Amino acid sequence: MRNVYVAGLGLTAFSRLEFPLVELAGYPAMQAMKDAGVDRVDHLYVANMGGSRLNRQTGLASAVVDSLSLTPAGAESIENGPASGASALKQGYMAVASGLHDVVMVVGAERMREVNNLEATDFVATLTHPLAEYIYGVTLPSLAGMFTRLYMEKYGVTSRHLAMVAVKNHDNALLNPFAHIHQKITLEGILDSPEAMTNNPYVAEPLRFFDCCPVSDGGACLILVSEEEAKKLKKPLVRLAGVGQATDTHTVQERRDPTDLLAVRAAAAQAFAMAKVKPSDVGVAELHDAFTILEIVESEEVGFFKKGEGHRALERGETRLDGRIPINTSGGLKGKGHPVGATGVGQAHEIVTQLRGEAKKRQVKNARVGFTCNFGGFGNNVVCLVFVREG
Amino acid sequence: MSIELEKILRPVDHPMEPFPPKFMTLADGSEMVVRQVGREDMPSLLPHVAQLMLVERDQYDIVASRVYAELLSYYTHRVQDEYVLVAQIDGELAAIVNGRLVNPEVGMSYHTLAFRRGLRVGAHAFAAKMEYHIDILKQKEVLIVAESPIGFRRWMIEYKLEKRFHIPHELGGVPSWALTKELFDAARGSLIVGRRPVPGKLLKKAQEAILPPSDPPKPSKFLMAATRAKNDPTGTSLMLQRWKQEGRG
Repeated sequence: MRNVYVAGLGLTAFSRLEFPLVELAGYPAMQAMKDAGVDRVDHLYVANMGGSRLNRQTGLASAVVDSLSLTPAGAESIENGPASGASALKQGYMAVASGLHDVVMVVGAERMREVNNLEATDFVATLTHPLAEYIYGVTLPSLAGMFTRLYMEKYGVTSRHLAMVAVKNHDNALLNPFAHIHQKITLEGILDSPEAMTNNPYVAEPLRFFDCCPVSDGGACLILVSEEEAKKLKKPLVRLAGVGQATDTHTVQERRDPTDLLAVRAAAAQAFAMAKVKPSDVGVAELHDAFTILEIVESEEVGFFKKGEGHRALERGETRLDGRIPINTSGGLKGKGHPVGATGVGQAHEIVTQLRGEAKKRQVKNARVGFTCNFGGFGNNVVCLVFVREG
Repeated sequence: MSIELEKILRPVDHPMEPFPPKFMTLADGSEMVVRQVGREDMPSLLPHVAQLMLVERDQYDIVASRVYAELLSYYTHRVQDEYVLVAQIDGELAAIVNGRLVNPEVGMSYHTLAFRRGLRVGAHAFAAKMEYHIDILKQKEVLIVAESPIGFRRWMIEYKLEKRFHIPHELGGVPSWALTKELFDAARGSLIVGRRPVPGKLLKKAQEAILPPSDPPKPSKFLMAATRAKNDPTGTSLMLQRWKQEGRG
């Protein structure tokens, strides 16, 4: 297979964006084309989860390719729940690596704020098992709440650890002009003060308001190219070096130990093996912290820390911007936002930005290997990517 | 204008117990003071309200325009039994809430205008307003409407307000909702929080001056651009973005 490189990057702010879904895909796509210096692509992959349900928009890829005047390039929509973004990048990788195409555009876009929070929560809940979970009123926050309770009992994670993740990621988001949440928070304000329970009420006990990501709109784009095309660029070369994907049972209750995220473990292992790097080589990572607990658990499952010790590393500051392995420098889903179909592409955007040395105030020093974990369902379909800076 | 005519135009206010200042810690760890201000403070508030009148997100434009009129009416004695509370962080204006008495038993909530977002600033200020009606003025219920979906979620849903649809609210004749004493008591300690007395230093800082909000919501560059884009299936806004990216406007 051929090497695959990232040639262009584009991003909208993750926020509430009152633009049609097609434009949320089109804007970062134009930025990425400008960044890459290309005026044509061979193929588009458009990641989106809710267009048909939330925005009455199907055939999104066809709409995007035409709105960008990129016809007759091929175009396909990719839907894989909240992992749609990384799944689309995987498809783009395969298209270039196989030699089928030389220049591929991967766009993620989602417009969730067209509906209210309750409808958005219900929409995301439709990824759960329809008969074993959804009909009983299960939502992603409720699954995550039960998961968190188990994890706390088994490994000693506390509400303070969860709040520390939120505070860290809000701090990082303050340094990211594209982040949804530009709001400083403190342990005093969300955990310790007499008003903390009002500022930070329970959503699904023990998860509280600031343990949950916002509902966001947004778009992100990467342009992937072959080595031959990449050498024409005047930018630092960043290679998409590893791709891993794994699945787990659809219903969480069928897992032998629900606190083990086996799909994360397997997908990360595949990606690291393919890239021929180890977790300890990673200098910057974006993990799918739709809920604060997930950052802690994923940091263990992907191999950054031993199982059950992620919260201890957090206490030691190892995941901070200036720590040993900075996690969610963009602010993560918690601070940057979570437009579900765009999230995986947005994670990759951050990692490539870091590896290029273009992250400005949140730049991690000397990072040469970056990692993303895009978590679909409640861990039942996970895609991990490894990026390596060359030269 | 003759004094005699002014006497006719100017309603006579009923005496109202003052709102005792309170404070609370926000999610960012800062401390916010909520206190009552008088007519004499209105000229200093109006310019801050005016700058939100062109912010077309979340009905800021409508709310700010109406608040401006309400504060001006209060200042010029064209509304009866109105009161105004302000929320301040380090002296800086964070929110304005206001309302009036319909009669001794029923209050009418006017507006909640937050200059800072994301810290429950508006929610805390609204709760203080309800506390004023129910606890301080001993009213039985407060009539409420919301202009924005955010307001609807914050007031009608969070407080589980009762319908009073047969009563047109003073804000546009919209059907009213009501916060009763029972609903207020149910929200006490969860939605309605805060501490008294306000530490002397904190209160002094708030009373010294109402400082301008440092980062209020700002109008978009092109008036009504967001609304146009929302209803624009033709891609015009995409084209505008493309031109902007290319430095063509």
